[in-house]
Amino acid sequence: MVLAFEPRRVDFRPVIALEHVTKTYPKAQRPSLSDVSVLIDKGEFVFFIGPSGSGKSTIIKLLLREIQPTKGKIMVNGREVGGMRSWRIPHFRRSIGCVFQDFRLLPNRTAYENVAFALEVIGKTQAVARRVVPEVLELVGLGGKEHRYPQELSGGEQQRVAVARAFVNRPLILLADEPTGNLDPDTSIEIMRLLDRINRTGTTVVMVTHDSNIVNQMRRRVVEIESGKIVRDQPRGVYG
Amino acid sequence: MRFKYVINEVMVGLWRNVTMTIAMIITMAVSLTLLGASLLLYKQVDRMKDAYSQNAEVSLFFRVGDTEETKHATPEQKAAIENALASDPLVSQYWFEDKTEAYRKFSILFASTPDLVELTKSEDLPESYRVKLKDPSTVPQFEAKYEQYVNDQGGLELILDQKKLLEKVFSVLGSLQKLALIISIVQAVAALMLVINTIQIAAYSKRREVAVMKLVGASNWFIQAPFVLEAVSAGLIGAVIAYGTLVLAKIYIFDSALAPLTSVLTEVPWTNVNLMLPVLGAGAALISSITGWIALRFYIKV
Repeated sequence: MVLAFEPRRVDFRPVIALEHVTKTYPKAQRPSLSDVSVLIDKGEFVFFIGPSGSGKSTIIKLLLREIQPTKGKIMVNGREVGGMRSWRIPHFRRSIGCVFQDFRLLPNRTAYENVAFALEVIGKTQAVARRVVPEVLELVGLGGKEHRYPQELSGGEQQRVAVARAFVNRPLILLADEPTGNLDPDTSIEIMRLLDRINRTGTTVVMVTHDSNIVNQMRRRVVEIESGKIVRDQPRGVYG
Repeated sequence: MRFKYVINEVMVGLWRNVTMTIAMIITMAVSLTLLGASLLLYKQVDRMKDAYSQNAEVSLFFRVGDTEETKHATPEQKAAIENALASDPLVSQYWFEDKTEAYRKFSILFASTPDLVELTKSEDLPESYRVKLKDPSTVPQFEAKYEQYVNDQGGLELILDQKKLLEKVFSVLGSLQKLALIISIVQAVAALMLVINTIQIAAYSKRREVAVMKLVGASNWFIQAPFVLEAVSAGLIGAVIAYGTLVLAKIYIFDSALAPLTSVLTEVPWTNVNLMLPVLGAGAALISSITGWIALRFYIKV
């Protein structure tokens, strides 16, 4: 019985755990997050929703260790993020992919070069890039557009490049901060299909959004935040 | 290919901001030249002190009787001094310098003003005993002993300690050295501020790349290395220019214009000048890399 139980427990260890996390920015009147606790299992697809200023983007920043919590514990992949030494952070971030509303592509590099850059700067050889980059660009549906510059691509295509860059290292977690915020509804749905496909490969996807259409269509776990507090956590939820 | 990437970034960085790079190199070169000059001067003063303290002598000048009141020293007086020197335990060596020898030295010393040499007759010059002491530090005791002869009875005009004269020269050199050091420090501060400024401009112009690199987990040294190396290479170029300036100063100032004074100034050896290349290079590299790294720590937070 005991032996059979042990592996199960390892499997179900959450990949992200926030325990009583409070974050107050310096000079802020009230905390952006106040005593927030969430567990996210491996392979889950989670929406964080809530109005602007509710504190949902603060969660992404905390998970990337761009900022540190005022109180509480943040575990990612079994490692405590809050107390992490700063020289360990770069390596830690390689296990997390990230997509933003403003794409954050380098304008003077082609789609291929933007994705290859992410590999190059973490020490992968050009041979690896030549093998992996076309593959991942194909996966996001940009086959044939490798040598276009960002300004020659549509918003949706630029976001695909950003997703390709985030996914090229096969991260355990993909964080998406309003990835559809700058896109029209049809393009948004295409990006969501892409994120869903990535999720099906076993990657945990955490997405911050206030796009109610998307949340309602996807029917995934929804965590709603209001004024820094979790007010709802539903397994197959809709947007309020 | 990471090495190629870093080198490429450095070249692009230096070229993108070429006026600032040149300003940084010039400031570095000037401050390093002054630093090198003051280091050389420091070593030179040591060399001169060594050279002179080995050869420094105390001179006992006899009266020449050129005025009404003073009489020319008599042979008996000279013999008395000689006797005293011969039996003095402080003395290691002494010799007599007669008027002919004094005139010969005088004509060499004032070779550049032949009129003066011609006007001076050997009779005008004093005879003297030149004394070397066993221990240069016993000069005051020696002087006290022979003080009694400095009058008409003793026949001595004055006792001259060469070291005292030299100390004046050394104090002038010492203050020149301090001046060069102060100017090089002021220049170094200016150079450091330029390094900080240049690096921050470089980091700002590459902020998108830096943001992406941080996002995908590039290590800190990889993000910072191109910026730091940019400052280091400017520092190294400055050090080479400073070394070149010192070499030119040796060739065209010390070895040609000041060559006649070599016996006074002692030669500046090539080994000391060449030592400045690694010293200044290492100094420049160290200072610009530390400054650059600190500047980035405040600018590029993880």
